[in-house]
Amino acid sequence: MTASLWVTRLIAGRIASAVFTLFLVSLAVFAVSLLMGGDAAEAILGQSATPEALAGLRASMHLDQPAPQRYLGWLIGLLHGDPGTSLVTGRPIGGMIAPRLANSLLLAGLTALVSVPVALTLGILAAVKRGGTFDRVVGIATIGIVSVPEFLIATVAVLIFAVTLHWLPALSSLRDVDSIYELLRVFALPVMSLACVTVAQMIRMTRAAVCDALTSSYVEAARLKGVPPRRLVLGHALPNAIGPIANAVALSLSALLGGVIVIEVIFNYPGVARLMVDAVATRDMPLVQTVAMIFSASYLVLVTTADIVAILANPRLRHQ
Amino acid sequence: MIGTLAPHGVAPDGMAHGIDRRGLLRVAGAGVLSAGLAGCGLPVARTPIKGGRLRVATATSSTADTLDPAKQGIATDYCRGAMFYDGLTVIDEHSRPQMALAEAIETRDAREWTIKLRPGVRFHDGTALTARDVVYSLRRHLDPAVGSKARVFAQQMTEVRAIGTDQVRITLSGPNADLPIILAIPHFLIVRADTTDFRLANGTGPFRCREFDPGIRSVGVRNDDYWGTHAHLGEVEIFSIADDSARVNALMSGDIDLINEINPRIINQLKRAGFGVLESPSGGYTDLVIRVDQGHGRHPDFVTAMKLLMNRETMRDAIFRGYAKIANDQPIPPSSPYFNPTVPKRPFDPERAGFLFRKAGLAGATIPIVTSTAANKSDDIAVVMQDAARHAGIKFDIRRVPADGYWTSSWMKVPVGFGNVNARPTPDIIFTQFFSSTAPWNESGWKDARFDRLLLLARGDTDESRRRQIYGEMQQMVHDHSGIGIPLFVSSLDAYGPKVRGLRPMPGAGLMGYRFASHVWLDGA
Repeated sequence: MTASLWVTRLIAGRIASAVFTLFLVSLAVFAVSLLMGGDAAEAILGQSATPEALAGLRASMHLDQPAPQRYLGWLIGLLHGDPGTSLVTGRPIGGMIAPRLANSLLLAGLTALVSVPVALTLGILAAVKRGGTFDRVVGIATIGIVSVPEFLIATVAVLIFAVTLHWLPALSSLRDVDSIYELLRVFALPVMSLACVTVAQMIRMTRAAVCDALTSSYVEAARLKGVPPRRLVLGHALPNAIGPIANAVALSLSALLGGVIVIEVIFNYPGVARLMVDAVATRDMPLVQTVAMIFSASYLVLVTTADIVAILANPRLRHQ
Repeated sequence: MIGTLAPHGVAPDGMAHGIDRRGLLRVAGAGVLSAGLAGCGLPVARTPIKGGRLRVATATSSTADTLDPAKQGIATDYCRGAMFYDGLTVIDEHSRPQMALAEAIETRDAREWTIKLRPGVRFHDGTALTARDVVYSLRRHLDPAVGSKARVFAQQMTEVRAIGTDQVRITLSGPNADLPIILAIPHFLIVRADTTDFRLANGTGPFRCREFDPGIRSVGVRNDDYWGTHAHLGEVEIFSIADDSARVNALMSGDIDLINEINPRIINQLKRAGFGVLESPSGGYTDLVIRVDQGHGRHPDFVTAMKLLMNRETMRDAIFRGYAKIANDQPIPPSSPYFNPTVPKRPFDPERAGFLFRKAGLAGATIPIVTSTAANKSDDIAVVMQDAARHAGIKFDIRRVPADGYWTSSWMKVPVGFGNVNARPTPDIIFTQFFSSTAPWNESGWKDARFDRLLLLARGDTDESRRRQIYGEMQQMVHDHSGIGIPLFVSSLDAYGPKVRGLRPMPGAGLMGYRFASHVWLDGA
C-alpha cells in the first residue's frame, strides 16, 4: 500500500465521519428544541394568546403536525438544498441566511487575516526566546487580554475611538462602504475587539507547540550538528509543530462564526449569531436547525482541515 | 443627503427651489416675522427644514419584526407602522381621537357606526383608498391564522361592511362610545384589500417603505403625494441596538440621531454633552399586587396598610431619578381627560400602617413578597417598602424569582407580588382588561358588581360629562378597595442628537407616541 493511498483513505474517513457527525447534530438540535417549551405561535401572540387564536395560527404554520414528521420534512428539504421557509417571517430560509452568512464570513475572514500572522509571529518568537523578557511580556499580555471579556474591550474601544476621539464609527454599517478606506474604518473596531481574544489564545498555543518541538531530542541533535538557529526553528522545529498549530488556529477561528453575538450586538452588525438568537427567541425551529447546521458544518470544516493539514505535514508520513 | 431647502409652512410658494443657505435664513426670518404677526410665531431656529436622513436606533428588533399591522408587538414595529400606514383615526396630545383616513364618524346609539372615508387618498402603489380596503383591514383580525394581537378588540365588531365605495358601517355587539379611540390602536392601521404579503408595506402613510429587512433595518422615504401634512425628513432609517450602553455610545459618537429606552442614570451625562432628552409621561406602571381572595389579603386593613407603606417620593427620586409621576393606587394617569383629581392622595404613613397591621392581628409577622425583573423595578420598589415595613412592625421576606416564566408561574398566583402594565388608550380598556370581575388579568382578584355595572354604563354612554363622572367614581373604588397598589406612572425616556428638532412628548408612549417621523426635522439638513 502506497503512502498516498493511505493518506487518501485517512482523509476520506475523516470527511465521512464529519458528515455523520452533522447528522447526529441535527438530531440533537431537534431533540433539544422540543425541550425548550413554547412554540412560534405562542411567541408571536405573546400576551394575546387565546386557545382559539393559538390553534388557528398553529394550523397555518403546520405546527400541528407530529414532531418527527416536521423533522423529516426539514431534513429531506435540506438534502435537496432547500431548508424551507421561516415560520415567523414566511420568507425562504436560504435567502435570510445568505447575506448574513456573507457578513459573518467577511468579519471572521478579516479577523483571521489580522490575527493569524500576528499570533504565529509572536508565538514563535516567544517560544524561541522562552524564559526571556520578551516571552514574559507576551505571556502576561496574553493572559491579561484573554481574561477581559469581549464586551468590555469593545465598549471601551468605542468610548475611546468613537465617542471621545471621533476617529471611527461606533456602528459597523456596511451600507455606506464604497471604498477600501471606508471598509477599514467600519471594521477597525469589531476586528480589533475580536482579534484581541483570538490572538491571545493562538499565541499561547503556538508557543506551547513550538516549545515542545524545540525541546525534542532531534532538535537537540540538529543543534549539536551546528544548524544555525534560524534554520533550526523554521526547518526543523516548525514542521513538527504545524499539526498542533493548525488545530489551535482552527479552534480559535471556529468561534468567530457563531460565537460573536456580543460583537454583533454592540456594533449592530447583521451576522448569523444574531439570527440564531432571534430564531431561538421566536422558536423559529426550521431557522434554528439550519443555522445550527451551518455552525456545526463550519466547525467541522475547520477542524477536519486542521486534521488533514496535520496528516500531510507529518514528516514521518512523507518519508515512509 | 440634502433635500430641497424649504422652510416648511412659512416660505412663500415658489421660493423653495434654488435658494442658498443665506437666502434660506432671510426667507425663514421674514416668514417667522409674518407668522409671528399672525399669532403662531416660531423662533428662527425652529423653522422646520425639509430633507435629511434621520437614523434611529431602538432597543428591540428581531426576525419577528413585521410590517403587518395586526402582528405588531414592539416599539420598532409601531414606529414603522406609523410611517407607512394610517389609521382611520389617530390619538392627539390630549388623548383624544382625531380624524385621519376617516373624514367623519357618526353614531346615534354607540352601537351602529358609520364611517365616511377621506376622499382622494392613495396607497403608495397608486390605487385609491376605498371602503373595501377598510373592511378587509378590520375583518382580517378575526381570522386566527392571521395571528392578530388586536383580536379581542375586533371581536366586538359583529359586522363590518362597505356602503358604496366611501362609507363603512360597523355594528358592535354592545354599545361602545370609545370606538373612535379603539380604531386608533396601531393594529387597526389600514392596509390595501387582499394584502397577504407584508415583505414591503403598501400603505397610505407619510413615508414609503423602501427597504425592510427584519432584525436588520428598515428605510422609509418621504411620500410626496401624502394626503395630509407632509413630513419634513427625506428619509428615516430604523434599526436596533439591544445593548443599552452601545446605543448611547452610538448616539454620542454621532452615528445615530435618536434612541429610545434610556436609563435615567445617564441623563445628566447626556445633557451635559449637548444631547436632548425627551421625557414622555405615560400611563404605564409597575404595581403591587395583593390577592384579596387568599392569605392576608382577605383582610382589607392589610391591603390598605400595604398601600400606606409606599414612599412614593423616595421611589420616584431614587429608583427613577425623578422621571416618573406620583400615582394614587388607581390606573388612570393625570394626563387622561377622565382623570379624577378629587380622589384623596394616599400618604406615606408607616405609623397608621402599623396600627392597621396590629388591627389585622399581624404585629411582628413576616410577609413573603415575590419580585422579578420581569416586572420592571419591582425589586427596588419592594426594597424601599421593606424599609418602611420595619417602622410599621412587620417584616418583608423578598423573594426574587427569574424573569423567564414569571408571567405564567408567579404573576396573579402568589399572595403578594408585582405586575407591570403598559399604558392603555382608554379607561374602558384598562378597567375591562385589569379590573372588572371577569377580566382575564384581574390581578388582585377584586370583584365588585357595582364596578362592573358602571363599566357597562360608561361604555355605552356618549355624553362626555356623564362618562367623566362615572369613570371618576370607578377610580375612587379601585383606589379604596382593590388589591392593587400603583405607586408611580413611569415616563418613557428617549435621547436625541443636537440637530434633531420638533420632538415633544405625547401621551401613551415614547418617541412621540411612535409618530416622531411625521414631526421631526433635522437642523442644517
